[in-house]
Amino acid sequence: MSITGRARGLTRPLARFSGDVPRIAQRLLGLALVDAFALWFLHQVVIDGVWFLAAAVAIITLGINVVFWREDLYPLRWLSPGLALTLLMVVYPLFFTVYTAFTNYSDTHLLTKQQAIRVIETRQFLPQGAANYRWTAFRSPAGEYALWLVSEDGQMLLVRPGEPAQEVTPGEAGVGPLDQDGIPQSIEGYERLSRIDSVRYLSEVAELEFGQPPNTVHISSLDKAAQYQQKFVYDGSQGAMLDRETGRVYRAVEGVFTSPEGETLRPAFQVTIGWKNFRRLLISPALQGPLVRVFLWTVAFALLAVLTTFALGLFLSVVFNDPAIPAVARKLIRSLLLLPYAVPFFLSILIWRGMLNPHVGVINKTLGSLIGWSPAWLSDQWWAKVAILIINLWLGFPYMMLITTGALQAIPSEIYEAAEVDGASAWQRFWHITLPLLLVSVGPLLIFSFAFNFNNFNVIFLFNRGGPPMPNTPTPAGHTDILISYTFRLAFESGRGGDYGYASAITIIIFLVLALITLFQFRYARIWEEVSESV
Amino acid sequence: MSSLIWVRGVMASRTRQRKVKLFFCIVIGILAMIYALFPVVWIFSASLDPLGALATQRLIPRNASFKNYVDLLSDPNNPFLRWMWNSTKISTVSSALAVFITALGAYAFSRFRFRGRRSLLVTILLVQVFPNMLAIVALFLIVQQIGNYIPPMGLNSHGGLILVYLGGVLGGNVWLMKGFFDSIPRDLDESAMIDGASHWQAFRWVILPLVRPMLVVIGILTFMGTYGDVILARVLIKSAEQYTLAMGLWMFIEGWYTVKWGLFAAGALMGATPIVVVFYLVQDLIVSGLTKGAVKG
Repeated sequence: MSITGRARGLTRPLARFSGDVPRIAQRLLGLALVDAFALWFLHQVVIDGVWFLAAAVAIITLGINVVFWREDLYPLRWLSPGLALTLLMVVYPLFFTVYTAFTNYSDTHLLTKQQAIRVIETRQFLPQGAANYRWTAFRSPAGEYALWLVSEDGQMLLVRPGEPAQEVTPGEAGVGPLDQDGIPQSIEGYERLSRIDSVRYLSEVAELEFGQPPNTVHISSLDKAAQYQQKFVYDGSQGAMLDRETGRVYRAVEGVFTSPEGETLRPAFQVTIGWKNFRRLLISPALQGPLVRVFLWTVAFALLAVLTTFALGLFLSVVFNDPAIPAVARKLIRSLLLLPYAVPFFLSILIWRGMLNPHVGVINKTLGSLIGWSPAWLSDQWWAKVAILIINLWLGFPYMMLITTGALQAIPSEIYEAAEVDGASAWQRFWHITLPLLLVSVGPLLIFSFAFNFNNFNVIFLFNRGGPPMPNTPTPAGHTDILISYTFRLAFESGRGGDYGYASAITIIIFLVLALITLFQFRYARIWEEVSESV
Repeated sequence: MSSLIWVRGVMASRTRQRKVKLFFCIVIGILAMIYALFPVVWIFSASLDPLGALATQRLIPRNASFKNYVDLLSDPNNPFLRWMWNSTKISTVSSALAVFITALGAYAFSRFRFRGRRSLLVTILLVQVFPNMLAIVALFLIVQQIGNYIPPMGLNSHGGLILVYLGGVLGGNVWLMKGFFDSIPRDLDESAMIDGASHWQAFRWVILPLVRPMLVVIGILTFMGTYGDVILARVLIKSAEQYTLAMGLWMFIEGWYTVKWGLFAAGALMGATPIVVVFYLVQDLIVSGLTKGAVKG
């Protein structure tokens, strides 16, 4: 019987209340810090209406609190940092991807509705018959400005940026007596600007908004200033924007405030649009063509990548597993062959890209001088595919060599001796003994490798950016693009800005394929039994 | 008498067979070496070629010199050392935290029995099937959102990048390490606890020193993974000052292969050397860690 969380509580009931006081205080302090931070963050996020992030953070924080208060969940305290990160950066993104696939989230629909409303509500207009003032500027030594306004009917106001306008009586609140033009000679902390100085600082003053939003005063000419008003007001009961200048009503249509005449307000915002992205994906023939080809190549690439690396790795480990070769030599060969595994792969891919340059790369120059012909590694779709497999083979065979060497050494030698006595040839021994036994132990790793190559973005993208490009496709797609690189380009490299909703819809297809592979793996690769054995 | 001749004949044919086999081994060995080592040799030669162009490079460079290295390090537009520092910093922080988080988790799975333990383990393995780079669009949007409130964790920050890297660490590593923890006898930490040690003390002073080799393996594999990452860095980092080495060198060479080849080669060698050296220093640990995992399935 091991030490369980519950047993720990039972065996040391007293310690929990007496000796552990400092520890409880520590825990309390830690939780208080976490909670304070989470609350501050939640507050901000909720204001902006970023509900999903808010929910994720709230769930994680709640979980941490529960785990640290309940004695029977003690083991989970150890797991809490890892689980919190997994929830925030793996599980939440999965859900968020699914959600995004049903929205029109894109570079033009980037903000939430609340954020968009706030941006639109800052816009102003100059109402007809707005109050007009003559202005005089005062400047503080720190470069702050205040305006003295005199309206047509003689009302006097003092305004500063960000503060409501004040009616002041001269001689009070630091305002000095008026001169013959009706302007105070001095204001405490400020210096009155002469006409010439006003011109000199005009550009600075013109950029400022005086008074408190939404009703602010801007200078409109060398001596005139006018009161502006908020142009748009959001009406929650109608869910629409009202234009106070024209009286028009802009209703939210698919994430854009649109007037009955078809005029729209920017910025647009994100809304859910149902299955539209998926419909585009499945129905639009222009999109479908490249998607099917990309999908087929993805599967072919992942299969071929596993097969080639496994075949070469196994071949080398069988050859060098021969006891006839001195152990030192074997170790040395293996170490040297591991070099591709040790070099950071992004460098290797870029190096290969240089060597496979069709005109001046070393490989084509050598081929050219030997046989007078060389392949177009970058511009021909088939040779580009071959090149990618060659590079991937170089990157991947050392790993396969490592794991098959380990597995080979685990096969008991008696089996081979028995087979030899029965007169089995070397090939028969390999085909009927080595390979089946090997596949049992490395089979799950091969399936993992398939899943990895299914998303092997690096080799595809660093070598040729998925190229050569397919002609006449509505979104960029290349002949060596796999699903993940195709998705990446849709989201981040299409000329019209990222289409995140559509890219997420494709990601969901990748999810489904991977889920099927995993299911298959668990059905047939015996991993379940091993899991239950080792647990 | 005749049987003796027959035995001799078999022996002779066996040694001949063995010689043929050895010969094949050597040929295969040489071919495999050429395939495995040539790119590295070629880039090494390119880095020493003062002409620095793809077209004119030869295996043994004329007038070999360190000109490329000097030029690269003194180029103000491409802060190579800065990129290397960024990468080292990000990878070190990520892998140290990853090792810590994984060790805590593996200890819990190995030493405690609690409800939902098995399903939690399986779930962690399942989630790993979906690498977090798949949700790249969502991650980009999430980091952007977080950055609105906490800029050092947002877009174009190393904090945001590290946060994303850390999300994916629990998966396979926890399995690898739990297996290793299981192989350490329980009596060790249990007797420490009878002597009055808390779980934390038993973990810190008894278990951790014993699993140090595994910590090193996981640390280095994580380091190599984050050091080489391109896609997440590419999406989350925008300015050249903040680039990681992988991104910086990629942006540097992209579209300029024919002219910047020598400079790139120098950068590639400087970027790869520390990793390769560390890899070979702990090669045996990595090999045994991976092969053990393989045999266990």
